[in-house]
Amino acid sequence: MADLKIRIWRGDETGGAMADFSVPARENQTILDVVTQIQREQAPDLAYRFACRVGMCGSCAMEVNGRARWTCRTHVKRVAGPGEVVEIRPLANLPVIRDLATDMAPFFDKWAKAQGSFQPKDAPDGSVPAEFSVVPPNSKQRMEADAGIECIGCGVCYASCDIVAWNPDYLGPAAMNRAWTLVNDVRDGANPQRLDAVSGDAGCHSCHSTQSCTERCPKNLDPSSAIAGLKRKLFWDSLLGRR
Amino acid sequence: MNPRGAKLWAIQRITAAFLGLAVMVHLLTIMLAVRGGLSAAEILGRTRGAELWFGFYVLFALCAGLHGAIGLRNIAGEWLGLRGRGLDALWLGIGLVTAGFGMRAAWGLYHG
Repeated sequence: MADLKIRIWRGDETGGAMADFSVPARENQTILDVVTQIQREQAPDLAYRFACRVGMCGSCAMEVNGRARWTCRTHVKRVAGPGEVVEIRPLANLPVIRDLATDMAPFFDKWAKAQGSFQPKDAPDGSVPAEFSVVPPNSKQRMEADAGIECIGCGVCYASCDIVAWNPDYLGPAAMNRAWTLVNDVRDGANPQRLDAVSGDAGCHSCHSTQSCTERCPKNLDPSSAIAGLKRKLFWDSLLGRR
Repeated sequence: MNPRGAKLWAIQRITAAFLGLAVMVHLLTIMLAVRGGLSAAEILGRTRGAELWFGFYVLFALCAGLHGAIGLRNIAGEWLGLRGRGLDALWLGIGLVTAGFGMRAAWGLYHG
């Protein structure tokens, strides 16, 4: 089999350039296999991040031919025809630590800013509530929360979002998807603060609903609809200046 | 959090909802009215003293001015990085001045 032509962005926060590699092609080969081959056989100092290799952890996301993807779940055949070059870059919209490894801190800081942690209604001191809430699985709110709950925080939506690129303060799809699951969690007691946190120019109101997040989410979640849900929830309060 | 951004967003949606209908009414009226030709005097003959058309166009001008200015504010913020309280006041001013021109025209048709 012919070799694959691979171009990888190499550098750090001060800048960098594309470097060319040639990797033996195999019948079944993911982009992560390719990057690993390069690091083991050709460029031992190549920095990248992965853990599970099977699409569970979300740590191997990179930009492959202009599109953010999980590299472990992306076969080379899916992104490049015979003889075509595969271009691999670090995730967009995040600071680069080195080569293909980005600093995910701003991404997770925004989850905290969007009040993405569960705040039990019954126990502000953190103790176990005396009674458990009954949440019927087919209730509307439970289904809304279920729709977004499987996010594993890989950052693909964040790297695909134009608004994040335009406004560095913008919370991004994943943080607001998380907020929407909590807004629909009847056990949660922090929704007034959470809705404040996700409103305005840095929050849901800046979303253009272009839906790159939904299009590219490897888990097939729909952050765009979650953000639309936040806008609907906030509409009258926003108009009447109640928050 | 930016409550101003949230409020402007809501105002832009409300004005869009009104303009969606109003633009249709506006265009259909023009198309129906000018079939077979229409002079300025004939137009004035129909609009002068017509409270309903005056009210419609005052509201139209207000919505168009605000809607457009909020849109320009967002473009300036996202594409040029021009944001801030002072600029928001400037955009609001531009929106109201634009609306003022439209209202003046509506008054001219009503009163002129």
